[in-house]
Formats: sequence, structure tokens, C-alpha cells
Amino acid sequence: MIEKEVTIKNRAGLHTRPAAALVKLAAQFQSEFFIYKEGLEINGKSIIGVMTLAAEQGSQLLLKFDGPDEEQAVTAIVGLFERGFDEV
Amino acid sequence: MERKQDIILHGIPASPGIIIGNAYVFAKQAPRVEDKSIAAADVQQELDRLQHAVGRSEKELQKVLQLTEQKVGSQKAKIFEAQIMILSDVVLFGSIRKRIQQELKSAEYAVHREISKYQQVMMNSSDEYMRERAHDVEDVKNRIIRNIQQEKLISRFDTSSIVVSEILTPADTILFSRNEVLAYATDMGGITSHAALLSRSLNIPSVVGLKEITKLVQTGDLIVVDGYTGNVVINPSEEMIARCNERKQEHEQFDTRLKDIRHLNAQTQDGKIVNLTCNIEFSEEALNVHAQGSNGIGLYRTEGLFLRTENYPSEEEQFAEYKLVVEKATPHKVVMRALDIGGDKVVSSSANEENPFLGWRGIRVLLDMPEVFLTQLRAMLRASAFGPVWIMLPMISGVKEIRRAKEYLETAKQELRNKNVPFDENIKIGAMIEVPSAAVIAGEIAQEVDFLSIGTNDLIQYLLAVDRGNEVVSSLYQEFHPAVIKTIRYIIIEAHRAGKPVSMCGEMAGDPIAILLLLGLGLDEFSMIPYILPEVKKIIRSVSFAEAEEIAHKVMEMKTEDDIKDFLRVNLHSMVPELLLE
Repeated sequence: MIEKEVTIKNRAGLHTRPAAALVKLAAQFQSEFFIYKEGLEINGKSIIGVMTLAAEQGSQLLLKFDGPDEEQAVTAIVGLFERGFDEV
Repeated sequence: MERKQDIILHGIPASPGIIIGNAYVFAKQAPRVEDKSIAAADVQQELDRLQHAVGRSEKELQKVLQLTEQKVGSQKAKIFEAQIMILSDVVLFGSIRKRIQQELKSAEYAVHREISKYQQVMMNSSDEYMRERAHDVEDVKNRIIRNIQQEKLISRFDTSSIVVSEILTPADTILFSRNEVLAYATDMGGITSHAALLSRSLNIPSVVGLKEITKLVQTGDLIVVDGYTGNVVINPSEEMIARCNERKQEHEQFDTRLKDIRHLNAQTQDGKIVNLTCNIEFSEEALNVHAQGSNGIGLYRTEGLFLRTENYPSEEEQFAEYKLVVEKATPHKVVMRALDIGGDKVVSSSANEENPFLGWRGIRVLLDMPEVFLTQLRAMLRASAFGPVWIMLPMISGVKEIRRAKEYLETAKQELRNKNVPFDENIKIGAMIEVPSAAVIAGEIAQEVDFLSIGTNDLIQYLLAVDRGNEVVSSLYQEFHPAVIKTIRYIIIEAHRAGKPVSMCGEMAGDPIAILLLLGLGLDEFSMIPYILPEVKKIIRSVSFAEAEEIAHKVMEMKTEDDIKDFLRVNLHSMVPELLLE
């Protein structure tokens, strides 16, 4: 099990487009992937869940990964956050 | 018991046209879901029902998505894209299926419970955009449930009907347009509501904000919807019907005659030509530029894009929208007003101002948020490669603001040059004159810019110290107050002295009674809602500039708005007898 903290970097935050990108990426891995924000637990493979997070720029999220390919999942997904979802 | 005839309701005219027809009352009730349990043996059947319902829902949404993209634009279509994604949410439907299999709940109940959980979180958000998304989530939930219950979503019309509803969501209006809808009449909504905007894009007459029409009308009732006046008549008498038909014919003949002058200039009898341009807010409205025979867009309000998306739109999103508008308007110009909103819409954490009207908005926000300003400037510059674009600065109160804004414009230009992105190097920049201080120093301001545009809506409020939204004093808002007219005259004189043109983009520019006065005061361009344009052109073509100047001279000597209004009205009717609108 791996835990990582990330910060939302892009200006528009976790809106529909990055939410969809995140969920699509997470689906490629076997490992379970959960996101925590202020006590709310969201399954990172669920689009409606991620949409509900409404994370804006600057907010901090805790990511949890658990499964056989958790290392790769961490690299890929944390990478996506760090790149600000490839947005400004 | 005889039903009362000629019951007249007053609403907001949202889309022009007069229609007499039968009402179809569209009552959108959330489907009733009971906590029904199912037998263990029926689990598979229930899962199948769920599967089929999701499949049907997806097909419906794809259709709505397609129609929206075609008829209205991809910006609005995004809502439906998000709903379609939810239908493929593996986790969500995993939980729903678990409820069916393990708790033996009915499919509709399981869907209701699981999706409502997310809906609730969104509803409780402090973010307004997230609360609105809760409605989209509710919409997709109801759609699935309805399909499970196999109700027909949109009825087939036997005969063409007037759709009467409490409120119309985008999905409703798009799907309805596939059927024979004659007109819309809704309880809620203002001039910029979904129903209003879409009905205008689709050229279907509509009246919104009627407050209680759904309570007073039943399906099958004969009603009249007047999209010009905003009136709806329930159960019209024969005389009323005759009168409405007459008016309808007059409008249609008028429109035909107006179409004849569409390609002609707004030229007075003695040869003076003025520009008539359109005020628009959404890219879909740009088609009016050519349709109404205008000289372009005199005011393109860019806030719509900012208020519609989750967070302020990227340069790419803005560029795409602006390019659309420019391409539809070209070879005519598009005057784009830089973002003119209160700061609270840009930075959600900014405090609630006590007096936002005198607070942080317009150019002040732009100069304080360079990232936002530069992004918009770059998008506007990029669009200028596709057709003439003029940039307009909102809420200017002095020369310093203009100079700072021009520095940012130069920065934006340099950024694009560095990337070899094409734009119009000679793009024009102008100032809105709406703050009284700007009016007083109109001459100095005119020296700093390429054009001025008088924003009478706010200018009049500031000048007369009247808040239009305040019902107690709103009647004091007077376009024809002598101080307003003197101020307008002064602005025009000062701008012309500096060799710069003046336009007006406030409502006054589209008020038939004001036209002759403004013409006589020397206004160079009148920008108004598109469908008023032909009428204004008719007025201008019916008079001589010499006469208009005389009228203006006489008005300058009058002391009260009532005298001025009466005088203008009388002259208008005698010089242009064939007018319909007032």
C-alpha cells in the first residue's frame, strides 16, 4: 500500500476534463486507487466520484494505492497531478 | 361553468413572434421511486432492466449531444458529455448492481440511492458551479430511472403545440425542437435563461418569467404567445384572436419589407450614413450580423463564457469561441468587450462587497489579475487574424487605466510574436464611457484610444444615482433626463474633436424614440439587440440628418424628461408613420 500527498496545480482545478483523464488513467492499473479530501473518500476510478471532489487549484489530496502494480500506478498518476493535468 | 376569456399574463419577451395555438403543459416530475424489494429469483431480470435502461439513456444523450453541437455549439454540449461519462462509471454501477444482487433492491431504487449520494455532496458544496452540477447529476439519474420504468420521455405531439413549462433545461429544449414546437412559455427564467437563449437560436417565439402559467393552463387550452410584448393570453376571445392575427400579419409584412432594406445602408435622406451593429453575448447569436444586414458586432459581451464554465476558460477555449464569432461576422468588425464582471466571479474567495456596483469590477479586476487579462488579450489577438476585431475596455474611469491596459496589450502582442502566432498588429482599442468621470474627461480619453462607446445602462445609473434593480427607485432611471442627454452630447463633441468615432451600446441605442435624437447629436454607431436593427434602419432612412439635428437642438432646451419624451414620440410618429415597435 502506498500513500502520496498531491497538490492541484492547474488553475482550473479538477474539473471535468482532468477528472476524465485521471479516471481513464487509473483504469489501466489493477491496483485500487482512492482519493481523500477533507474526510471524503472517493474511489479514483469513478468519474462521478472524482467530479464530486471539486478540487480547486491549491487543494491538497491524499492518494492511496493498493495492489500488484501500485508502483507503476503511483508514478503515472502522481505524474499526472504534478504536470497539472497538462493544463496551465 | 364558463371559463373566463382573455386572461392576460405578463412575462419577459424572450424571442420574437406571435403564435396562437394549443398548449402542451410539460410537467417534469421526478419519477417516483419506492423502496421495493425484489425476489432473489428476479435478480437477473432486474440487472437486465438496468442494462437496457442505461443503453437507452446513452442513446438519448448521444442524440441530445449531437443536436446541441449542431444547433447550438460545443460549449453547451459539454454538460451532456459529462452525463454520458457517468453512464460508463464502472464503480458507480458496480455499487448499484451490488445493491440489486445483495440487498435485493429494485433497479430504480438502487440507482436512486447510489446517485443521490453524490448529488447530495454536490448540493452541499459552497461552490455555486458544483451545486449546478448536482442538477446535471440528478438529470442523468432521473433519465435512467425513467428508462427503467419505461416511460416515454418526450411525448409525441398530435398537433403542433406551444410548450408550457415551469422551467426548461437545455436537454428539453433541444429535444423539443425535433418536434413541432410553435412557441415556449415558461414560469421561470430571464432573458438569458437557457429557454430564452435556445429559443432565440432556434427562431421559436418564447416568453419567460410568467411566474404561474403552469398553474393556469392545461394541455389543450388555446393560448396566444406574443414574443414581442411578453404577453400571453389564455383562452382568447374571437376578437382577441382576430386582433392577434392582425398584429401577426403586420409584423410579418413589416419583416418582409424590412428584409428589402436589409442590404441597404443606414443612410438618411440627405446622405449621412451611420453604423448599425449588434449586441451579442453568445457565439450562436453571431449569425445575426449578416441576417439582419448590420455593420457588425458593436458589443460582444465575453462574460458569458466565464460564467458558464467551471473555472475561467483557458486561452484555447476563449480563442475557439472568439474565432467562431469573428468568422461569422467577417468582413464586418467584432467589438469585443474585455471581461466585465465583479471580482467575486473570478476569485471565489474575495469578500462580499457592500456596494459591488462601486467596487471591484470591470477594468479594475483585469488590471489586478494580469494572468486573466493577458490570457483574454491573447485569445482576442489570435482571433483578430481571422477578421476585424476591436478591443473594448470596460468601466474606464481615467487615463491611467487605459495606459496600463495598453501596456498589457503590448505584452500580449509580444508573447504572440515570440511564438510566431499571427494577429492583427493594428488591432483597435477603445473605452466604454459609463463611469461619469470618464464622461467628464471624454476628450482626454478619446486621445488615448481609437474609439469610444457609450454604455448608457450603467452611465445613467451612475449619473442619476439610481439602481435599476431597486424597485423602489427604478422608475427614476430616465434615458431622457436632460443631464443624460447633455452628457451624451458632450461625449460625442469631445470625441469628434479628438477625431475619434463614438458608438452607443446601451439599451438607449435600440430605443426607437431615442434614435432621432441620437442621430441629431452626431452619434456614429448604434449597437443593439439584433432583431431591432431593421426597424432602426427604417427610422434612419426615413428622415434627413438636418431634421434630426433640429430635433436635437430643440431637445437641448427642454427641462424635463416628460417634455423630451413626448416631443420625441410625436416627431417619431409623424416622420415615420409605419412603425410597429415602441
